[in-house]
Amino acid sequence: MARRRIRSPALTSISRVLIMNSVKTMRFTSVILFTAIVGLLAVSAFIPRASAQDEPVVGPKGPVVIKPMVSHIGNVTGHAESEQAKSDYRRYCAGCHGNYGDGTGENAVWIDPKPRDFTIATFKCRSTPTGTLPTDEDLFNTIARGLDNSNMPPWNTFSKQQRADLVAYIKIFSPRWEKEKAGTPISIPPEPPVTLQSISHGQALFAKLECWKCHGTHGEGNGPSASTLTDSQDNPIRPYNFAAGGDDSRFKCGKTNQDIYKIFMTGLDGTPMPSFADVIQPNDAWDLVHFLRTLQVHRHSKENDVLLAAHGVIPPYVDKSAPQSAAPANNNKAAGGGQ
Amino acid sequence: MRMWAQSHLCQKPRHATSVLAAAFVFFFLLLSTSQPANALPAFARKYGLRCSACHESWPMLNFFGQKFKDNGYQLMNDRDAPIWQNPGYWPVTFRITPIWHRVSTNQVATDQSPTGAQKVTTTGFDLSGLDFHTGGTLEKNFSFYVLPSSDPTASFHFETVMARLDNIKDSSWFNVKLGKYELDNLLSEKRILTLTANGGIYQLYHFIPQNDHNIFGQMGDNQLGLELMGHSYNDRTRYSVSLLSSNDGQVGLPYGEESYSTFITGSQAFDAGRLGVDRVGFYVMAGEAATYYLTSGGMPIGGSGTQNKGYSREGFVGQFYFGDHFDVTVITQHGEDNAWFGQGYGDPIDYPNAVCNTPTGTQSCNNTPGTQLIAGARNPTWNGILVEPHYVVSPQMIVLGRYETMRMSQQSTPGTPSNFGNISTYTLGYRYNPFMTSRAGMAYHAEYNWWHQDGTAPIAGTNLTQSELLFGIDFDF
Repeated sequence: MARRRIRSPALTSISRVLIMNSVKTMRFTSVILFTAIVGLLAVSAFIPRASAQDEPVVGPKGPVVIKPMVSHIGNVTGHAESEQAKSDYRRYCAGCHGNYGDGTGENAVWIDPKPRDFTIATFKCRSTPTGTLPTDEDLFNTIARGLDNSNMPPWNTFSKQQRADLVAYIKIFSPRWEKEKAGTPISIPPEPPVTLQSISHGQALFAKLECWKCHGTHGEGNGPSASTLTDSQDNPIRPYNFAAGGDDSRFKCGKTNQDIYKIFMTGLDGTPMPSFADVIQPNDAWDLVHFLRTLQVHRHSKENDVLLAAHGVIPPYVDKSAPQSAAPANNNKAAGGGQ
Repeated sequence: MRMWAQSHLCQKPRHATSVLAAAFVFFFLLLSTSQPANALPAFARKYGLRCSACHESWPMLNFFGQKFKDNGYQLMNDRDAPIWQNPGYWPVTFRITPIWHRVSTNQVATDQSPTGAQKVTTTGFDLSGLDFHTGGTLEKNFSFYVLPSSDPTASFHFETVMARLDNIKDSSWFNVKLGKYELDNLLSEKRILTLTANGGIYQLYHFIPQNDHNIFGQMGDNQLGLELMGHSYNDRTRYSVSLLSSNDGQVGLPYGEESYSTFITGSQAFDAGRLGVDRVGFYVMAGEAATYYLTSGGMPIGGSGTQNKGYSREGFVGQFYFGDHFDVTVITQHGEDNAWFGQGYGDPIDYPNAVCNTPTGTQSCNNTPGTQLIAGARNPTWNGILVEPHYVVSPQMIVLGRYETMRMSQQSTPGTPSNFGNISTYTLGYRYNPFMTSRAGMAYHAEYNWWHQDGTAPIAGTNLTQSELLFGIDFDF
């Protein structure tokens, strides 16, 4: 709180007393004062309301049952039962995700997209195949990285132990964590060199896989289906706008090419974004990554450099083994990286 | 009439005051168990985060809140730019604290006391000053903060006015701030958890030796200047360098012609596993200020100061977490002022009638050409330490204590008692937030402070002691 400069606290206070011109000498006994101070501190320290927000105000829900869930991040083991986990969840998470992890915190009604519902244990950012539980490290990384295009900030000031404890803590909300194991992380092959041919092939895949229906032909998130999309809980959801943002633009689950690769090979569970792992081969996926980068027209990237060298024109990809897609005429405008 | 009433009041039976005190305590405890409510401060409203996300206990920041501040009040996601907010969003928060307090001073000079001084104790309901905070982003990586602030009588001044260029060249290591702002103290006095007159400031940030008129080294006062600040991505490593006008934050260039100071900090945090994240750092404040002023009609002319003399403050800072509930902050200080300041030169604005000793007698405290210091005058030096432990019962409640002591290691005037002006103070209190949302901050506040200074009581050679008991409801919206 802003205060005026106090050069000598003693003199200032004395002056204040004198200026008041209402000096009284009420004689409180030291016993009363001591009792008041100690009593307040002692009683207040045990006020049950200090933890009352763990209890539901109304409704049938009982207290949160903290199961002995754990997480393993390298040599760090997180424990759901630790005081730190419980305290940190209340302090940092419950406002959005709710005291019961069901995504109904007091902020949930105001924010878009809606907070994750931990009770169904469906997570977007995974290294594991679609439909499976993420690894502890996936959740650990999500906490530190945050989720772009959402209200989830990067909590990277936490200690590793804090994050590991929180990973363990959010497992208490869903029985899936007791019944299932995390999926096996997909393998990501080395990224091939970026070439005009790989970008061209990626553009063809963008059309063939009908990515444009949601993301739009220019990747602006305005495809013909965009306005109809909902997540698995029927909340409206917007497809990613590749064209927005500059060098700092990120995808929801990271900013590297490997992160993009993972997104469409694992899918974003709980959203309309499916996994394409069964549809395309790894090298095809890398080509698609290269093309998607060119849709980030305001971002400096090696893909845009390659496209710029070609004067911004992506040559048509010819694949005689596949039928022509039903995508609308593109005339290369989608590949705006060189513009 | 007033005199009679006061006299009559003093003669009331002691049990009446006991009942009053008991009733007050009961009332306060009753408040402590009241039902939750909702409201909304500016940043929490913008981002939909609970106050507790950024504050260990409001208003004190935790590491996440510190990083948010270091990033220019940005979470560093796509919600930072105001274009993402509802057009009706206006980032304003006000804060004020209605209180009841009891202030006691062991010696106040009075006409009535046969010894010339007596103990004075007063109680009553009161108010703190009022702060209007508005801050945030003008655009991504362009932030601002404006804080008109009043004293309890609603006399306003600008406590903070600054604009900041954040993440220059996309690097968190380069942020530039211009204006009047709080120095980069790791333990922020503007976010102090205590409210009493002596406990509501850090003595270490304001200490000035007795009879020393160098007001320019007060680290706790917001200063006018330019700050370069940087930090690592996760805020583990931080540094800041400020160039300041030596005017203690007062606008209008009232002091020296060319008097500047610097404030430099650096710190490193460590992941200490189960203990938490701990931080150690240092600070240095060094500068110079004028001791000679042109005069007109005997009065100093603002902005004409020359004959700069130097001063310095330096120390270490440690923030140590010990598990889930307990943490302690430690700050040390070694301070030194030039002997001219120690003899009373340096601030003619606040002390226009001050008289200084010279070898030839006394004169006004203006270092006019030819002025000499008394024989043996030395640079006053001192050492200090601040220890502030916190026990975080839950995110809604914190119990805190503080011990500060300032010890003179060298008096400016030979023969002065070595402990003259030493300060010791203890503070104990708690803050309980009855609700914890992203809509408002509110705390039931209880605090006791005891403050002691050697040799400065009205009766020469005796010590001055003050105590204050304070209860209040601290809120912002």
